[in-house]
Amino acid sequence: MKVIINGESIQLPDTVKRVSLLLKHFELEQKVVIVELNQTILDKSMHAETVLTDGDRIEIVHFVGGG
Amino acid sequence: MNVRYSRQILFPPIGKEGQKKLGEKHVFIVGAGALGAANAETLARAGVGKLTIADRDYVEWSNLQRQQLYCEEDADQKTPKAIAAANRLKAINSEVQIIPRIMDVGVQELEELIEGVDLIIDSTDNFDIRFLINDIAQKQRIPWIYGGCVGSYGLSYTILPGVSPCLQCLMDKLPLGGITCDTAGVIQPAIQMVVSHQSAEALKILAEDFESLRGTLVSFDIWKNHYSSINVSSLKNSECRSCGPNPSYPFLAYENQTKTALLCGRDSVQIRPSALQNIDFAYLEKVLVSQGIKVESNPYLLSFSIGEKRLVVFKDGRVLVHGVKDVLQAKNLYHRYLG
Repeated sequence: MKVIINGESIQLPDTVKRVSLLLKHFELEQKVVIVELNQTILDKSMHAETVLTDGDRIEIVHFVGGG
Repeated sequence: MNVRYSRQILFPPIGKEGQKKLGEKHVFIVGAGALGAANAETLARAGVGKLTIADRDYVEWSNLQRQQLYCEEDADQKTPKAIAAANRLKAINSEVQIIPRIMDVGVQELEELIEGVDLIIDSTDNFDIRFLINDIAQKQRIPWIYGGCVGSYGLSYTILPGVSPCLQCLMDKLPLGGITCDTAGVIQPAIQMVVSHQSAEALKILAEDFESLRGTLVSFDIWKNHYSSINVSSLKNSECRSCGPNPSYPFLAYENQTKTALLCGRDSVQIRPSALQNIDFAYLEKVLVSQGIKVESNPYLLSFSIGEKRLVVFKDGRVLVHGVKDVLQAKNLYHRYLG
């Protein structure tokens, strides 16, 4: 399916069906992240069950410590 | 009014009134690395009345690519960053009062330095200190601006006590993963982008134009051309221990601070993080190996060498740093390689 992540249109592999799998796909599962799906912030406990659909607009923010 | 600020006064949201307010304000910049140097230069040029700049480190050659206040002589002489920054800032704008502090900022130091401060700008390189800043800013009701940057990626968020969710609301745990500027690198344009967001918000707060504050968590990757600005107000936790109605300010408590101990006669320091956790060795090893660092591990500990120094990470997050003379040197290595 095709989704828009941080403003960029991205074709996802068929296996990436849920938010938690999306984070794993981008190797972000170890990081502290905030995910917004279609302008709603997702509670972290919802990542595993939230299903992605074609055309979703997703913003992923991860925290970094450098400076 | 001084001709020096004429172009800023011509900018209507600041104007004469705003400029006068800037001149009366005191900003505390925690850290004088890349973010700190750029934030300090912007605010000194803008005519902020007083700047306190605290940093525990000295200038090295690897800093010069992005830490804009420092020059080759500072690296040659290993000048403490707070001093090198103050010297350059005084040359840029002698009207601004600069207070340099060479110190490893902890709870006690923060409590002293925060006295009379209107705004705190986070320019640190780790989350231990950011959670201290978060708690003390809530306790003293002082706004603060988070900024973080690695590689070409960066983010920033402005925290107004009583209004915004705090850092504790946004982050449910402390990240420990090994992705830092010293392992993954960092480019100056990404630093500048974070600082642009931090210092613009700072000017709005100092000129008391609170309505113009961004109100979102902003993040970007300036190499991949990503930009995101999201409203996180729904994450404000009504039970938050830092910003809720019955705060305990957990990170100001001794038991929740990262502790260090010099192990006598071994040139070694133990660092015990505030919250012990199960470290994912496979992930940490992958990050370090990708930076060309040779890693050895077994199910109980992971170790690697940086020059003459050796870092040993235990499964619960404790770290032994061997080959160092003091705690400060050990903490520097810890934050550089483990975040």
